[in-house]
Amino acid sequence: MEFPKDLKYTKEHEWVKVDGSIATVGITDYAQDSLGDVVYVELPQEGGSVTKNEPFGVVESVKAVSDLYSPVSGSVAEVNDAIIDSPEVINDDPYGDAWMIRVEVHSPNDLSDLLSAEEYQKYIEEEK
Amino acid sequence: MSMNGAKGLLLEEPVIFEKSSPGRTGVEPASFDVPEADIEGIIPKQMLRGAIEGFPDVSEMDIVRHYTRLSQWNFGVDSGFYPLGSCTMKYNPKVNEEAARLPGFAMLHPYEPEELTQGALQLMYELENYLAEISGMDAVTLQPSAGAHGELCGLLAISAYFKDKGRPRTKVIIPDTAHGTNPASSHLAGFKVVPVKSEGRGVLSLDAIKGVMDRDVAALMLTNPNTIGLFERNIKEIADFVHKKGGFVYCDGANLNALMGIIKLGELGVDVIQFNLHKTFSTPHGGGGPGSGPVGVKKALAPYLPVPRIKKTRSKYSLDFNRPKSIGRMKAFYGNFSIMVRAYSYIRRMGAEGLKRASETAILNANYIKENLKGTYHLPYDEPCMHECVFSDKYQLGSGVATMDIAKRLIDYGFHPPTVYFPLVVHGAIMIEPTETETLETLDKFIVAMKAIAEEAKTSPQALKDAPANTKVQRVDETKAAREPILRWRKG
Amino acid sequence: MPYIPHTDKDARTILQAVGAGSIDELLASLPAGSRLKGPLNLPGGLPEQELKALLRDLSSRNVTTGEYSSFLGAGAYNHYIPSVVDSLISRSEFYTSYTPYQPEISQGTLQAIFEYQTLVCQLTSMDVANASLYDGASAVAEAALMARRITGKEGIILSAALHPEYRETVKTYLVGTGDHISEALYCTEAGTTLPEAIEKNISDNTACVVVQHPNFFGSLEDLAALSEVVHRKKALLIAVVTEPISLGLLRPPGVLGCDIAVGENQSFGNPLSYGGPYLGFMATKTEFVRQMPGRLVGQTVDKNGKRAFCLTFSTREQHIRRERATSNICTNHGLCALAAAIHMTSLGEGGLKKLARLNFSKAEYLKNRLKTVGVEPAFRGQTFNEFTVRLDKDPETILKSLLKKKIIGGLALKRFYPDLKQHLLITATEMNSKGEIDAFADAMAGVLVPAAK
Repeated sequence: MEFPKDLKYTKEHEWVKVDGSIATVGITDYAQDSLGDVVYVELPQEGGSVTKNEPFGVVESVKAVSDLYSPVSGSVAEVNDAIIDSPEVINDDPYGDAWMIRVEVHSPNDLSDLLSAEEYQKYIEEEK
Repeated sequence: MSMNGAKGLLLEEPVIFEKSSPGRTGVEPASFDVPEADIEGIIPKQMLRGAIEGFPDVSEMDIVRHYTRLSQWNFGVDSGFYPLGSCTMKYNPKVNEEAARLPGFAMLHPYEPEELTQGALQLMYELENYLAEISGMDAVTLQPSAGAHGELCGLLAISAYFKDKGRPRTKVIIPDTAHGTNPASSHLAGFKVVPVKSEGRGVLSLDAIKGVMDRDVAALMLTNPNTIGLFERNIKEIADFVHKKGGFVYCDGANLNALMGIIKLGELGVDVIQFNLHKTFSTPHGGGGPGSGPVGVKKALAPYLPVPRIKKTRSKYSLDFNRPKSIGRMKAFYGNFSIMVRAYSYIRRMGAEGLKRASETAILNANYIKENLKGTYHLPYDEPCMHECVFSDKYQLGSGVATMDIAKRLIDYGFHPPTVYFPLVVHGAIMIEPTETETLETLDKFIVAMKAIAEEAKTSPQALKDAPANTKVQRVDETKAAREPILRWRKG
Repeated sequence: MPYIPHTDKDARTILQAVGAGSIDELLASLPAGSRLKGPLNLPGGLPEQELKALLRDLSSRNVTTGEYSSFLGAGAYNHYIPSVVDSLISRSEFYTSYTPYQPEISQGTLQAIFEYQTLVCQLTSMDVANASLYDGASAVAEAALMARRITGKEGIILSAALHPEYRETVKTYLVGTGDHISEALYCTEAGTTLPEAIEKNISDNTACVVVQHPNFFGSLEDLAALSEVVHRKKALLIAVVTEPISLGLLRPPGVLGCDIAVGENQSFGNPLSYGGPYLGFMATKTEFVRQMPGRLVGQTVDKNGKRAFCLTFSTREQHIRRERATSNICTNHGLCALAAAIHMTSLGEGGLKKLARLNFSKAEYLKNRLKTVGVEPAFRGQTFNEFTVRLDKDPETILKSLLKKKIIGGLALKRFYPDLKQHLLITATEMNSKGEIDAFADAMAGVLVPAAK
């Protein structure tokens, strides 16, 4: 299972990639593996807003459903519509093609409590 | 051990629409004995329909063969052992089916005047009383259509009670072992769900309830015996505490088959219970309904039950609509009457002694399976169980075999799999409910099969992964079904 | 002991195997002192033969729609059920199985539901249908909740010409989640829902408008016209059909601008049975499928690529989503749906259309026969197989007199509509022969005459 070093993570199993004021958000390899084959994903509208630690969407497999929690607050700059039509990408490439939303971050402080790759890996070891 | 797939019955059968030949009629309607009305002259053209696109035109014999073939791909209680935990798949007596089809029951219109339906009303009145007696409740409504419908009804009555007293309550406490219908019904009834964990021995502790019970809690909703198959031993103390805080205790009666004639939940502080007539009272499950979910309540909640209530004045039965505090209606008319007839027939056939023997035997059978399989499969709670027992796949996981594989392999051995992956508190749960109507020989065969499968898990795990091998279809691609939904037939 | 196979020896074998001296040792977790000391206060058990005699006696205290001529409808219809229906649903592989959670050994139930879903779509001209709900009334409540989820709005407008027990059910269901329910008046001349009444009630917070067609009075609604009013406010139009035989004659909800079609499918293959079990149907547009409650069967393949069926979109349901599920419903009314599918299939397109014409013709004949004895329809709207008349005398008295002639003459509407004191809802189906209808009209003339004096 992979946990790229250049990403930040949440305890709700989302990853964040920060590029200036834009944060790209997706779910981790561990999350897609626990869910199993993803069959459906629900994402917010472009231009909408998301709030840190609040749900912004839903991801479903055949037998499970999980909320997506936003690691940051801000406005939704871009939505990956491609994964809505092909949710299997979330299983195949969670950190790449299966990014979910890009958020224009309001407060850089939001990023301070996110986990590093090592911290996240340790967290899920304990979770098991 | 032989494998019981019947290959001769696995022939293909298209969907009915693919057998259609326009112009055929299976069973012609009656002929016109009145003049045919001038439809086009009476109803405006834009209100009339053209073709019924795709509707199948099939001969009578083709219809019979079609559904006969379909039925052969099904496994029912009449086909073999069906130890589906939580569902009480006991024998469905044939005399009940005959009873429900008596013209005097089947050919009654719900709006017939009461003087023409005295037999039906009497049956319902007596059935209410029997259920009240079995559970220790004061009043019973037969209106709800299913267990979950009964839950909603009971919770709405509780909600109405608090509103009526001028102090609405907002929360319902639900243990982590509960059926999914419990939180769903609570939400629909307008309550916020407060989860509570069962303690180490798989039951609720008074302390856990004390931690979450306050004056905003309308009810504690528990299942007893719970979904692990254990009796909630602290129920009396817990109920006393809930009552002290002004709340009610709702018991999901899904597992009543363990308790008939042994103990009355009403005497243990339960204020509301729903009965699943399709479980405890032997009415058939019908491939997923119709069931029936009557609700019993204590006196304080009786005024809130749905309308109409059945009344007896001297020897005359009637429907009472004048219940100002009633929650209203759960459905049109009075409930699933033909299911009530079957349950009534069952109770009259069994009598008090028979019902008690049924519960005792259900408990014996479950304990027999538990004792015989406990070294072979992981048993998370090793205590005497009630009418069902819960194992897990912990011992098999090492060979890469999980609960689903064990379940599917059982099919090859001629058994319906147990309930799997429920309750959620047991990882990889295998929930077995044998019921009282199975012989010792059947239980032994099942035990042998389960042991053989555990052995196969070690020696040839692939056989389990490939199972079932002898069925009409093999493992079904549920992911494809969800990703590329085809929810109806269309002309290809 | 009935249905319990264990001999004393078997019981001893089991006790020995579990290491218990008696059943009591297994019940140690039950609170001491609470165990019942005596037997339940229930009648003693009966051998099957005596049981059957008792049930036959009880059933004989009812009067069936076969013994009297019944002109009752109002949401429960007396139709002929072809022999194949009961014969096939009596196959115990169907009726003694449970929810098809294990698709490999439930393909029969699954394919039958898939076909039923398709039949409902074809009848209503909608895109998707579920595997059935409890009954028509609870289906309307579920549809109202679904409309709220889709629109994010709260208001629900019920036509006053929607079955009164359905309206009551909706109110009961929705009380916990905030009612916001209003009623739109019907036109006292036409007996149909007033578009103006809907316009008056509708707002930007209206989630849906619910209209029955043919409505409770038997009158046909102009759904297309109502659809315009409803959609202008971005609310959903829910059509309710309690008599689905009418869909063999009338334009279906799907082409009249309805967003959700719900109703009662009892008319297909299910006996009256004093009000249940019946089966609610629900159909909608593809875009709303994830907000639809209830079971759904989908077509897929097995691991060898062979056509197979399974339950799908389960994440909407209570066993996965728990308190956030689309509904608390767990089962459907599977066997009732099977009966309905077999009846529909037995009819086929030609048969259903003929049956619908026959029902219409019987009701028109009855309407005309009653006119000749001075009983006039109460409303001027068109009807299908039931209609409302206004009598000069108290309908209860008339109905009582008719009973003496073994005629159940309809439903007095006063109990539901206090204003309609003299109104009677009358239904005719293929089960009412010309002779019965003539006798009814003659009897009506007979009981009305004294009043004319």
